[in-house]
Amino acid sequence: MTNNQPSISSKDKIPFYRDERIIMIFAQVLSTVMIIGVLIWAIINFFKAAEARNMTLTFGFLKEAAGFPISNPPIDYEPGMSYIRAFQAGLINTLLISGIGIIAATIIGTLTALARLSSNWLLSRIALVFIEFHRNIPLLVLLFIWYFVVFGFVPPVKESLQWPGPIFVNKRGVYLTWPRLTETGGIFIILVVIGFLVSILAFTMLRGRRKITGKETYYIPTSLFLLMIFSLGGWFLSGGTPFQLDIPYLKGFNYQGGLRLTPEFAGMFLSLSLYTAAFIAEVVRGGIQAVDRGQLEAARAVGLSQFQVLSLVIMPQALRIIIPPMISQYLNLTKNSSLALAIGFQEVFAVGKIAINQAGRAVPIFALIMLTYLSLSLLTSFVLNIYNRRIQFVMR
Amino acid sequence: MTEEPIIYCKDVHKWYDDFHALRGIDMEVFLGEVIVIFGPSGSGKSTFIRTINRLEEHQQGQIMVDGIELSHDVRNIERIRMETGMVFQQFNLFPHLSVLQNVTLAPIWVRKWPKEKADKVAMELLELVGIPEQAQKFPGNLSGGQQQRVAIARALAMQPKIMLFDEPTSALDPEMIKEVLDTMTDLAESGMTMIVVTHEMGFARAVADRLYFFDEGLIVESGTPEEIYNNPQEERTKLFLSQIIQH
Ligand SMILES: Nc1ncnc2c1ncn2[C@@H]1O[C@H](COP(=O)(O)OP(=O)(O)OP(=O)(O)O)[C@@H](O)[C@H]1O
Ligand SMILES: [Mg+2]
Repeated sequence: MTNNQPSISSKDKIPFYRDERIIMIFAQVLSTVMIIGVLIWAIINFFKAAEARNMTLTFGFLKEAAGFPISNPPIDYEPGMSYIRAFQAGLINTLLISGIGIIAATIIGTLTALARLSSNWLLSRIALVFIEFHRNIPLLVLLFIWYFVVFGFVPPVKESLQWPGPIFVNKRGVYLTWPRLTETGGIFIILVVIGFLVSILAFTMLRGRRKITGKETYYIPTSLFLLMIFSLGGWFLSGGTPFQLDIPYLKGFNYQGGLRLTPEFAGMFLSLSLYTAAFIAEVVRGGIQAVDRGQLEAARAVGLSQFQVLSLVIMPQALRIIIPPMISQYLNLTKNSSLALAIGFQEVFAVGKIAINQAGRAVPIFALIMLTYLSLSLLTSFVLNIYNRRIQFVMR
Repeated sequence: MTEEPIIYCKDVHKWYDDFHALRGIDMEVFLGEVIVIFGPSGSGKSTFIRTINRLEEHQQGQIMVDGIELSHDVRNIERIRMETGMVFQQFNLFPHLSVLQNVTLAPIWVRKWPKEKADKVAMELLELVGIPEQAQKFPGNLSGGQQQRVAIARALAMQPKIMLFDEPTSALDPEMIKEVLDTMTDLAESGMTMIVVTHEMGFARAVADRLYFFDEGLIVESGTPEEIYNNPQEERTKLFLSQIIQH
C-alpha cells in the first residue's frame, strides 16, 4: 500500500464516553457529590446522636472553674481558675516542648547526618547506631525508657548526681545553673539584640558589596566585631553584671534556685528530640546524597574551597530536597508531644483529657484540641512553606 | 627541549582499593599543545585526567602543573585548580543557577572579581561559545550541546592555562556533537593547552598535536596523528582503531 493515511483517523467523532475531557469532568463531579453526601450524612448523624445523649455543644463552660490541679504549670494556675486558663497552661507546655524539641532535633539531626556521611568510620558507625536505635523503637517506649528507667534509677535528692559544673540530677528532676537577668540586665539584652540586627545588616550589605565590587570587605570579621562591640557596650552599661548565676543549692529536703526541669519535661524533651533527630538525620543525609556527585566535582574543578562547595553548590540544592520532609518531621514532633499524657506532663492534650473526665463535654473539648493542633500545624507549614517557595522558585 | 613542560607526569600510579587503575603513566605537555587520549572503556583515561586537577588522588609518582607539584598541600591543589579548567561528559552545570551565574560563580568567589567585571567577561565567553542569548536561562532549559558550551565557558571564565575535557561529546546527540567540537577547535586554534579524552577521530586528526592510546592503565602507544593512524606500531592500537573507525 502506498497510502500513508493513518488507519485510525482522528477525524471520526469521539463518542462521549471516550472523550478524556468529559471523563475528567465526570470524575470531578462524581467525587464532589460523594464527598458532600458523606459530610451531610455525618453531620446529621452527629447532631442526632448528640441530642439523644443530651450532650451540650456549647463552649460556655470554658469560663467555669476547672477545679483540677496542674503539676508545675508554666503560668500562674490554680484549680479555682477557669478552664480557659487551664488550656492556656497546657498550650504553653505544648509550645515549649515542641519549640525546644524542634530546635534540638534539628541541630542533633543535622550533626548526626554529617557524622553519618563523614569518612571517619567510627563516627559514621556511631551515627548509624543512633539512627537505627531511635527509628526502630516506638516513641512511647523511648519515652518510658527515659522517664521510668533513666529517671527511675536516678538517686534521691540527698545523693544527687553532680555533673560537670553545677548541674544536679535527682528524682525530682534536673537542676541547671541558670543566668538570671539582674535589674540592669535589660539594657544588656537590648544592646545585644540591636548588635545582632546591626551585624546581620552589615553582613548582608558588605557581602553584597564584596560581590558587586570584588573588593574584599571582610564581611565576616566586621559583622562579628560589631556584635562584640554592642555586647561589650551593653555589658558596661549594665555595670558589668547583666546576669547573676542562679546556682541550685540544697535547702532542707530539696534544691532551691537554678532552673528546674521536671523529670516529666526532661524525659519528654529528650525522647521527643532524640527520636525526631534520628528521622531528621535521614532526611538531611538523603538531601545531601541526592545532589549529584558531578556537582561536587564541577564545583571543586572550578576552584571553589571546601566551604564554598558546600555553601554555594551542595547546600542550596540539598535544601530543596530537605525542606518538605523536614516540615512533616516538625509537624510530627508537635503532634507526638501529645504522648506526654502517658507520663503526666500536662500539655494541651493531657489537660483536655482531664477536662473531659471532669466536665463531660467531650465534643467541644475535642474540637478545641483538634483545632489547637490544626492551627499549630498550619502555622508551622505556612511559615516553612514561604521559605520553601522562595528557595524552590529560583530553579526556573 | 629548553622549554619546561606545563604538565609533567612521571610514573603515576593509582589504585582503587586493590584495583590498579593507573600503572605508571609518563606524560609531558607543553604550552599550547593539544593532546588527545583514547582507548577502550575502563582503560583509565578519566582516572588519569582527573588526577591532574586532583579530583582523584594519585598514590605514587609525580605530577607537576605549571611548576606546582601536586601533593597533599591544600594550597597547591587550590592553585592548580585555578590553572586548570575541566569539562565533563555529563556537563555538570549548577542547576540552581542561571547560565550567567554558572559562569560567574567561580570568578566572583575564587578570583574575587567585581560582579560587573565577572558579568562582562562571562558575556564575552558566552558570545565566544555562541549562546549569549541564553544567559538568563537555567541549565535545565538548554539543549545538551548548549549546556556543554556553557560548561566550556564556565571553565574558561577562570582564565585557566590548561583545559581538560573528559569525553565532552559522548553524551550528546549526533547533531550537537559538531557545535561542541567546533567550539573546541576554535579554542585549540587560539593557543589553549588542552588534554582531551575523546573517540572523535576526525577532531583528533585535525586538531591534536599528539595522541596517546591507553589500555589497562598504561600508555600503549603515543605519537602524532599521522604516526598513529597510518603506522600504528602495536597490535592493540591497530585492533582498537579498526573497531572505532569502522562506523
Ligand atoms: N571510584 C572508583 N572506585 C573503584 N573503581 C573505579 C572508580 N573509578 C574508576 N574505577 C575503575 O577504574 C578503571 C578505570 O576507570 P576510568 O573511568 O578511568 O576508565 P575510562 O578509560 O575513563 O573508561 P570510559 O571510556 O568508560 O570512561 C575502571 O576499571 C573502573 O571500573
Ligand atoms: Mg571515562
